Amino acid sequence: MEEKLTLFKNRKRFGIEKNIDIIFKNTTLVLSSFVAIILLGIILVVFFQSFESFSRYGLKFLVTSEWNPVKDEYGAFTAIYGTLITSFLSLLITIPLGVGTAIFITEDFVPEFVREIIGSFVELLAAIPSVVLGLWAIFVMEPFFRTFFVFLHNFFGWIPLFSTEPTGRNSLLAILILVVMLLPIVTSIARDSLNQVPKKLRNAAYGIGASRWKTIFSVILPAALSGIMAGVLLALGRAMGETMAVTMIIGNSNAFSWSILSPGYTISSMLANQFGEADGSQVSSLFYAAFVLMVLSLVVNIFAQWLVKKFSLKY
Amino acid sequence: MNSLFYQKRLSRNIGDKFFTSLSVICALIAILPLIFLVTYILFKGGSQITPELFTLEPNPPGDDLDAGGINPALIGTLIITTIASIIAIPVGVGGGIYLAEYSKGGPFSRFIRFGVNVLAGVPSIIAGVFIYALIVSTKILFGSMYSGFAGGMALSILMLPTVIKTTDEGLKLVPNELRYASLGVGASMYTTILKVTLPCAFRSIATGVVLGIARAAGETAPLIFTALFSYYYITGFGDLFYEMGSLAVLIYNFALEPYDAQNKLAWAASFILVLSILSVNIFSRILAAFTEKTKRV
Repeated sequence: MEEKLTLFKNRKRFGIEKNIDIIFKNTTLVLSSFVAIILLGIILVVFFQSFESFSRYGLKFLVTSEWNPVKDEYGAFTAIYGTLITSFLSLLITIPLGVGTAIFITEDFVPEFVREIIGSFVELLAAIPSVVLGLWAIFVMEPFFRTFFVFLHNFFGWIPLFSTEPTGRNSLLAILILVVMLLPIVTSIARDSLNQVPKKLRNAAYGIGASRWKTIFSVILPAALSGIMAGVLLALGRAMGETMAVTMIIGNSNAFSWSILSPGYTISSMLANQFGEADGSQVSSLFYAAFVLMVLSLVVNIFAQWLVKKFSLKY
Repeated sequence: MNSLFYQKRLSRNIGDKFFTSLSVICALIAILPLIFLVTYILFKGGSQITPELFTLEPNPPGDDLDAGGINPALIGTLIITTIASIIAIPVGVGGGIYLAEYSKGGPFSRFIRFGVNVLAGVPSIIAGVFIYALIVSTKILFGSMYSGFAGGMALSILMLPTVIKTTDEGLKLVPNELRYASLGVGASMYTTILKVTLPCAFRSIATGVVLGIARAAGETAPLIFTALFSYYYITGFGDLFYEMGSLAVLIYNFALEPYDAQNKLAWAASFILVLSILSVNIFSRILAAFTEKTKRV
C-alpha cells in the first residue's frame, strides 16, 4: 500500500510541464485570433483610409460617374455598375451551364470513370491563375469573338446593353472570361450537393413512376437547392472581387455606358489600374471604392454561409 | 398491356430525351473551351521555352529587342511564396490546432470559424490594398516602400484561411480514441497534440497546405502594388526590401505591352506557372486517392 502511494506521488506532473501546456494552449489561442484581428484590421484600415473621401462625397460617390483626378472630382458609379453587371450576367450564363454539367456528371449517362475524369478536370481548372486566363482572353478570345460582337450589335443594337459599336476590349469579354472562371466553382459545388441527396429519395421517385428528369426537377434539384445556392453565392463573391483577368480584358474606361459592348470598369480593375500611381484625395477615393467592394463581397459571403447553415442539416 | 413497354412517343420520354441532350450540350459547352484553353496555354507557352529563359533578366520593352529571360521573376515568385508560407503556415496550423483540439464549440471558436470563411471570401485585391495602407505607404519596414516582403505578407493573408481550414478539418478526422489513449497513459495535452494527433493528420494537412501555396503562387492582384515589379537579378538578402518581380506580375505587365517579344515572354511564364500549379494539384490528388485506398483496407 505504502509503495503504491509513493509511486503515484512520483507520477505527479512537473510544474514545468504544466506551464508548457498552458503556454501551448494560449499560443494557439492567440494564433487563432489572428484571423479575427486581420479581418477587423482590413475593415478598419480600409474604412479609415476612405474617411476623407467619404466625408466629402457621402453616398453621392455611389451614384455619380465623374472620375477626374485633374479636377479632383470622384464618383464610382461606372465601376460599381461594371462590377454588378459583369458579375450578374456572368452568373446568369454560368448557372445553367454549371448545374447542367453537374447533373451530367452525377447521373449515369456515361460510365463512371469518364464522369470522374470530367469532374476532376473541371476542378483542376479552378487552379489556373486568373492572370493566365487574362492573357488567353487578350490573345485568343478577343479575336475569336470579334465578328460575333459586330453581329450582336447589328441585330440587337436597339437593346441598351448592346448599343455601342464594339471596338476591341469590352465588358462582354470580361463577362465571358468570368464564366470560364466561375464554371469550375459552380459545377463542383453543385456536383457535391447533388451527390449528397440520399439515394432513397431518387428510388422513391422512380418507384412511383416518375421519369428520370421528372425526378431530377421535382426531387433531386429541390433537395440540393440550398447547396447549389450557396455555391452560386460564393461564385458571385468571387466574380465581384475577381481582378486580373477582368482588368486585362475589360478595356478600363471610366466613360459610363449602359452597353456591355463598350470598354468598362469594375471596382477591382479600377484599383488594380490606378492604385499604384494615385496620390492625394484620389487614394482616399480608391479606398472608398475598395470599401464598397468589400462590403458587397462580405454581404454575399455572409449570406452564403447563413444559407448553408440554415439548410444543410435537412437530411 | 402496352403500358408495360417503353414507348418512344410518350411526351414524358420525349421530354426526358430533350433534357438529357440539353445536359450533354451544357457539359460540352462547359468543357470544350476549358480543354482548348489548357492545351493552348501549354502548346503556345511550351514553344517559347529556351534555356536562356531561366538565366537571363527580362529586357525593358522596346522595338525589335530580344526579350531576355525571366530569371528574376522566377526567383521572386519562389521568395515571395516562401515568405508567405513562413508567415501563414505557423499561424494557420496553430489556429487550426486551437479550433480542433481546444475549443469546445463555444462562441469564440464559432466566431473564428466564421471569420475564416469570411476571410477566404475577401477579394484578393483587398489584401493588397490593406498591406499597401499598412506597410507600403507607411514605410514601416526599414523605410522601404514596395518590397518582396510586403508582397509575401499580402499573399500570406490569402493563404491563412486555407491553412487553418485544412488543419482544423484534418485534425477533426483523427479518431478520438487516439487522444483518449494518449491522455490515458499520462501524456499532457501538448504532447498528445504534437506527438499523436498532428502526425496522424499530417498528410491531409500537408496536402491542403501545398494546394494553398500553389494557389498563392499564381495570385497577382495582391502583388501589383505591394511587391511591384523588377527587371533585375535578385542578388542578396537586402533585395527582399526592394521591388521584386514575380511570374504573375510579369505575365500581367508583359501581356499588356504592344511588343511581340514581351508577349512571348508572358506566354513562357504562364507555361511555367500553369505547369507547376497543375502538377502540384494532380500529384496531391493522386496522393490523396492513394491514401484513401490504403485506409480502407
